[in-house]
Amino acid sequence: MKWVRNKLDQARKPFEPGQKFEKFAPAINAFDTFLFTPNHTTKKGAHIRDVVDLKRTMITVVLALIPALLFGMWNTGAQYLYQDMGLANVTDVPFWDAFIEGAILVTPLIIVSYVVGLTIEFIFAIYRGHEVNEGYLVTGLLIPMIFPVDIPLWMLAISVAFAVLIGKEAFGGTGMNILNPALTARAFAFFAYPLYMSGNAIWVHQGSTDTVSGETILGALASGSYDGQVTGYAQNAVAFSGTTGAGQPSALAEASVFDAFMGFIPGSVAETSALMILLGALILIATKVGSWRIIVGGIVGGMIMGGIFNLFGTMGSNYINELVSSGTITMDQIQNDASAVAALGLQGWDATLLELGTNQLINFPFWQHLVVGSILFGIVFMATDPVSAAQTMKGKWIYGILAGFFGIMIRVFNPAYPEGIMLAILLMNVFAPTIDHYVIQANVNKRKKRLSKAKAQLQTA
Amino acid sequence: MSKDIKIRKGLDLKLKGEASNTIVTASKSSIYAIKPADFHAVVPKLILKEGAAVEAGEPLFYSKYDEKVKFVAPVSGTITEILRGAKRRILEVKITANGTSEAINHGKVDVSNATADQVKSMLLESGCWPFIIQRPYSVIANSEDTPKAIFVSAYATAPLAGDPEVILADKKEAFQAGITALSKLTSGKVHLCVGKGSSLKDISNTDVHTVKGPHPAGNVGVQIHKIDPINMGERVWTVGAEDVATIGNLFLTGEFHAERTVALVGTDAKEADRKYYRTIIGANVSSIIGEVDTNNTRIISGDVLTGDKLENNQFLNFYHNTLTLIPEGNEYALLGWLPFTRNNIPSNAGTSFSKLLGGKREVDTNLNGEDRALVVTGEMEEVMPMDIYPLQLIKACMAGNIERMENLGIYEVAPEDFALIDFTNTSKLEAQEVIRLGLDLMLTEVG
Repeated sequence: MKWVRNKLDQARKPFEPGQKFEKFAPAINAFDTFLFTPNHTTKKGAHIRDVVDLKRTMITVVLALIPALLFGMWNTGAQYLYQDMGLANVTDVPFWDAFIEGAILVTPLIIVSYVVGLTIEFIFAIYRGHEVNEGYLVTGLLIPMIFPVDIPLWMLAISVAFAVLIGKEAFGGTGMNILNPALTARAFAFFAYPLYMSGNAIWVHQGSTDTVSGETILGALASGSYDGQVTGYAQNAVAFSGTTGAGQPSALAEASVFDAFMGFIPGSVAETSALMILLGALILIATKVGSWRIIVGGIVGGMIMGGIFNLFGTMGSNYINELVSSGTITMDQIQNDASAVAALGLQGWDATLLELGTNQLINFPFWQHLVVGSILFGIVFMATDPVSAAQTMKGKWIYGILAGFFGIMIRVFNPAYPEGIMLAILLMNVFAPTIDHYVIQANVNKRKKRLSKAKAQLQTA
Repeated sequence: MSKDIKIRKGLDLKLKGEASNTIVTASKSSIYAIKPADFHAVVPKLILKEGAAVEAGEPLFYSKYDEKVKFVAPVSGTITEILRGAKRRILEVKITANGTSEAINHGKVDVSNATADQVKSMLLESGCWPFIIQRPYSVIANSEDTPKAIFVSAYATAPLAGDPEVILADKKEAFQAGITALSKLTSGKVHLCVGKGSSLKDISNTDVHTVKGPHPAGNVGVQIHKIDPINMGERVWTVGAEDVATIGNLFLTGEFHAERTVALVGTDAKEADRKYYRTIIGANVSSIIGEVDTNNTRIISGDVLTGDKLENNQFLNFYHNTLTLIPEGNEYALLGWLPFTRNNIPSNAGTSFSKLLGGKREVDTNLNGEDRALVVTGEMEEVMPMDIYPLQLIKACMAGNIERMENLGIYEVAPEDFALIDFTNTSKLEAQEVIRLGLDLMLTEVG
């Protein structure tokens, strides 16, 4: 250790104040402090300090991400090979084949994300003359985890650059940004390169709807091509039994709730496994690095919104049941014969009820929303970003609940973008300061009330 | 009447190096110093010059903005040096003691029959007034004010801090007299906060409160907040527990005995030396710490969270009753940021096992990281038992936003209330300094 230290001290010399490379000190400092916690001592009280620092905090988040990432690598490989080999089940793919294939596909994304992001971070640190903050350690890993595997590397690079430059540094750098940088990257890519960020074919490497569908469960639900009943997603007897494309059962038809919970489904690189995400959540909560209030709030908020939709769905189902039992129309016609439905001439509330009863996303059981799509990943790893989230304890509850609530609302209402949680969190990022404002204002008002009470007492005395 | 205050939030740091409960008399220091920097916001005006002979209790300087507030010599002797710093600021007034215990006698006063004016002028004349600290701003009280209440905390929760129960064990009569004197000065009550099972429970002329909970439960600011919080425009005074006894002694004897009982603590002090020392305010610390190699030692006048860093040949702070010696932590730690490593360092964080491992810990002064932007939220609230938003208040202070500081409760806090935030903060923020600057701004702008 001493030998390494001495070498480092030697290497640092040209970067000392007054020396040739003084300006680039933040760069060498970043490497130095990565190897060694510095020998800095306190200047005044408190003379002793806790062992925790930002590096440790950020590394803990990276640790929490590792299970989901490793699973994501395996799943990425498995989904591709399963389609390529024409196997019956995703889990039939040989483990190491799948993992190595996935690692080969995912690693370049991670490298590009870190190289581009850290380069920008270093340049800004040198330009501004401050130390390199550790925030990008997490952002740099999150970004490749929430992108589809086939995103061209240059698109990823531009998204990363946009997120770091516009999403973070433009606001003053780490700790100052109002939006979550990783989500900013995803939102940018979503709007800039929609073909590569949404649709059916992108979620599996070289995915194609011609062979086995590469679409996600949510995509299928949104387009009405997903058979809820067959696969165990049905909530009630009248749940719409939609067509599966050209009458072919989708690959997804085989996916059960258990598969979705485990993560054996197509999706962004590392967002599919609820189990691994929950493991990460456990690490975040146990280490107090992530706010349990936001995580619990987000899950509760999502379930509330899902429950409300289910309630409406049940009303619609009941109406359809009435129509069918009165002999006005058959279930088959409702499902497949648009002209028969039109012939009923349903207007207003009745038409709405029919729509509610047949909309698969609305009828999707509220608790199952949590195991498909990116909602859990978003709540656990994105919403808990302390910089862009609400900062007060009460605010974190409100923020979390609303993020989950709006996440499901956007997922259901906007079939073009079923991954609603990402937009919901960005929306809540914008509202977080407002939430905090009102929480703090309550405290201010309490103090003002106390003052006027004291004044009144003084007058009566 | 005893009332209970229970504090839930906070953090008890269990450190190695506590003092045993024996009190000994410190070897006499030959040189004593009064440091104007100990009296925050006081601009000193010297009365005596270098070379002048002084009696114990004789004024050395007074406050420029409140001439009645005098600062007196703790011992009799000769002023041998007036040490000045940049812009001729007075750093230390050093007195070489002559060994006699002559002191100015102001005449005994029967404190139970004294009027408020009598008590006040006695305190001002004798040099005991600087013991009275005013909140808001945590500065020496304005002698023109009448506070709404006076608070005395006889419960120490700061790590390794001197225990008032030990210090006051044989000073109960003086303590009672001091409380009675203080009760004359307020329109409200004198509140005395003690720990469970305290021997001070039967002190009269005061409301006694029993406090329970982790540090900072013993901080007088927390106690004020729970008992009678300060509103804008109100004044509350606080006096240290031993200082109350010193004030009482003044009325009982007519003399200001600048006695101070100091607990020598910390792992760098020899175990046999770790006890309580009777000494005099401003004593040279070498008269207490004895023969210890202090080459790589941090000598702190006060506790590890709020004290002042001293060099070897320096002098006790006017207000402190703890002297802490801990090793300087100027060492590198290979990959020290790895979670769940270095569990020997006390921590409130979930990324360390030190809390789970229990036991007493050895500490040093390593920063354990570097200054960073404020990223982590929620950790300050964990150790702040007041109904105050610490992060937002700190940010308001940084921005110098006076109205927001007022709204968020700046009047209720002192830097010491943010000491645990200093300790636990991931971004290595100097919260106490930020709050001090914020208070200073309020003092000049609002007053």
